[in-house]
Amino acid sequence: MTWSESEFSNVSGLEDVLVGKSEIERAIHQALLHGGEFAEVFVEDRRTTGISLDDRRVEELATGRDRGAGIRVVVGDTTGFAHTADISGAGLVAAAMAAASIAKSGGGGVREIQLVQQHYPSRGTVEIYPESIAKATKVALLESADDAARSVNGAIRQVSAGYGDSRRRFVVANSDGVYASDDQVRTRLFVMCVAAGDGGMQTGYESIAYTVGYELFDRISAQETATKAANRAIAKLVARPAPSGVLPVVLKSGTGGILFHEACGHGLESDHIVKDASVYANRIGETVASPSVTLVDDGTVADKWGTSTIDDEGYLSQRNVLIENGVLTDYMWDLLRSRKEGRASSGNGRRQSYQHLPMVRMTNTYLMPGSDDPDEIVAQTQNGVYVAQLGGGQVNTATGDFVFGMTEAYLIENGKITEPIRDANLIGNGPEVLQRIDAVGSDFDMSPGTCGKDGQSVPVGCGQPTLRISGVTVGGTAGA
Amino acid sequence: MPELLDIAKRIAEQARGEEQIEAYVSWNRDTEIRAFEGEVESLSSAESAGIGIRVIQGNRQGFAYVGDLDERHARETLEEARDNARFASVDEHAGLAEPDGVSVQELELWNDELAGFANADKIALALELERKVRAGDERIRQVVSADYGDSSGESAIASSKGIAVSSRETTCFISADAVAGSGDDTQTGSGYSVGRGAGDIDVNKAARDAIDRATRLLGAKKPASGRIAVVFDPRITATLLSILAGTLSGEEVARGRSLFAGRIGEEVATSAFTLVDDPTDIRAFGASAVDSEGLACRRNVLIEGGRLSKYLYDSYSSRVAGTFSTGSAVRGGFKSIPGVGARALALAPGELDQNGIIAAIGDGLLIQGISGVHSGVNRVSGDFSVGAEGIMFRQGRLAEPVREITIASTIQKILQNVLFIGNDVEWLPSNASGVSLAIGEIAMSGA
Repeated sequence: MTWSESEFSNVSGLEDVLVGKSEIERAIHQALLHGGEFAEVFVEDRRTTGISLDDRRVEELATGRDRGAGIRVVVGDTTGFAHTADISGAGLVAAAMAAASIAKSGGGGVREIQLVQQHYPSRGTVEIYPESIAKATKVALLESADDAARSVNGAIRQVSAGYGDSRRRFVVANSDGVYASDDQVRTRLFVMCVAAGDGGMQTGYESIAYTVGYELFDRISAQETATKAANRAIAKLVARPAPSGVLPVVLKSGTGGILFHEACGHGLESDHIVKDASVYANRIGETVASPSVTLVDDGTVADKWGTSTIDDEGYLSQRNVLIENGVLTDYMWDLLRSRKEGRASSGNGRRQSYQHLPMVRMTNTYLMPGSDDPDEIVAQTQNGVYVAQLGGGQVNTATGDFVFGMTEAYLIENGKITEPIRDANLIGNGPEVLQRIDAVGSDFDMSPGTCGKDGQSVPVGCGQPTLRISGVTVGGTAGA
Repeated sequence: MPELLDIAKRIAEQARGEEQIEAYVSWNRDTEIRAFEGEVESLSSAESAGIGIRVIQGNRQGFAYVGDLDERHARETLEEARDNARFASVDEHAGLAEPDGVSVQELELWNDELAGFANADKIALALELERKVRAGDERIRQVVSADYGDSSGESAIASSKGIAVSSRETTCFISADAVAGSGDDTQTGSGYSVGRGAGDIDVNKAARDAIDRATRLLGAKKPASGRIAVVFDPRITATLLSILAGTLSGEEVARGRSLFAGRIGEEVATSAFTLVDDPTDIRAFGASAVDSEGLACRRNVLIEGGRLSKYLYDSYSSRVAGTFSTGSAVRGGFKSIPGVGARALALAPGELDQNGIIAAIGDGLLIQGISGVHSGVNRVSGDFSVGAEGIMFRQGRLAEPVREITIASTIQKILQNVLFIGNDVEWLPSNASGVSLAIGEIAMSGA
């Protein structure tokens, strides 16, 4: 990854906006004094803008601001957590003492801490801060998306489009001396179209979401995004019922990364591992996938939705290889789990906001490209399903069982992509699917998503080359 | 703590001329405890509060929120909402709720004792739950989490239209996630108990549920594909009712995004199917005296004897449709504007319990878990395809467990194929209660 060495996170700037170093030090000090073995202060300021256009109407323009601090204190195996919207020095100390008393009543020793400011080269390459763009311009962007979708075809009956930007600035410091900050700008657009035809109504969806500023729309236009959504809905108007049963499935590049995020990635998060609640627990060094599979979690990919300079515990984002040529090489770690194991954090400690405890989360998770020609993969598939877009899904990390919705898919007949099929789910088992990948393309693409875990949502990226799974259950209504 | 209603009123009073202002102010105190291996893994305790302000100027709506109750921030947020309104489209239906004269019922949703329930006692409940799940069955290999949580919340809504209401409620829950194993086979299950206060919590029931759900699918196989009759467990039915209510939202109907648009009065389900949303029923987890625009919550019959009788409306969607609000405005907290939603769905129960239904059908599949609901159900086309697991039954008796299957149909067909509705009503932590529900034929994809 490349970034300019001259760009640094502006810690001093954030001090002015958020809270001073001495206040943070005092709060950590108080937490330790009241029994904490480890204490952390996380101060966050988040501003958001959301605009929704529905049925040619700007239905909502909403802006919001959240500011507060979350304080975590660890005693033994117990974590105490308190948060407050009062980020004055007194507010921080009160929350720190509350968190410490939660973790354990009394009995701690005094420990000196020294916060050392970390200057990390920022991965943020924001060219145009969204707050510098007039609200009217953002509204016009949505209107142009609506126009573009409707101009595709008269069958488009409804268009809804949403724009969102957020600027999240935080300072995090802990009793190990970590003291770092980040300034994260994210911008996104989605378009949903409803098309009507003889066989009923169908929907098409497309979104773009990057850790960049408003320059996003110079790179990918709103019209292009809308056109994709419209075409997807229209294609499905003539869709046949999806087949039912076990079939070969070809995933188009960039569409199926979420499958590996859900079906494998979650099982490699160390919180599940240390509780022995993952199919991948105690299997480092074992072959868990076909030799063509290399799975990576990488918070450093420029501009992607799951990218950040540091994680929400103040540790540098990293590229972590999880599975290499089919062999399980490592799990993902946050601070608490890695401290317990006596190893370094892998930069995977994330949280939704200051009101949430950090936990092990993915960033951008992807399967590395292979050497097969993507067109050949389809040509060499006699009969199966070609998935051009996957919707959401979920996994049971303890068993590896997953489901995913196909939101754009086609039949493959005699090596050719033929008719579109209606929405249906894929169901399978993560470890089994990893073994059944029998073709990996040389192309690659990524897509954005929102990952939910234990009630917390964080932005993530997913990616993969075109690939084939030799057999997975397709949950349609037609005979296979 | 300042009086929330006073804060809301002070903001609403700022309305100038034709301008309309609504302030929604909320405050919550939450505790969450997680036990693991006989210790407290984490304990969070926090108060949070915020204000969401809607402004209508010249038929344009603007919204802004702030995550605290600071007066200066509230003033800034009002100005921000005013500014945002300038960029919204002119919409003749834009506006706040008009008081409609429906009287607000007194519902006791607040348990005073929760405030005095000590952290040590809360911790003891979480630890007891974990212990009981671990000790309850030798096949339990892990208790991934055993949680206690409670919440005390107050909210107030005031508007320049004369709305001024406040409400408060407490909730309390325990839940456990268990992993069971036998040989190479692993299955998971969760159990919970909810109420308004600690006295409502049943640790034994939650532990038993987690154990049963984790162990009963051990040894499950993938069956052959086919068409089959299914019985949904009450928890699953509740999920299906929530989806169904989404298609009966007046907002979605008005936008042409519901498969039930334009079908009022039509037979959409079998005649035994009567679906009600009644937030004034205090047995419901989602019970509420007022909706999120400050109107009285009321009983709404959505499907009566199989016939579609009503959609749910908030004030905006009701104006679009030329009707009245059904008191069905919901919001995700101070950070969002109101939308339409159900709070307390219930199916009119039938005569038989689950065993009776299984005996009456003979051969089929009892479905105990579904997954992929948010990706597998299309509210516009009605296409329905979800992952499932459960237990086959033959000649009226439970047989082998099955997993890694999908069941597929359409919402339309499911409703027209209802065989039985059970009498085993369960009030669940959801916007719907559950009851066993038998469907005549559904496509099952397996091996």
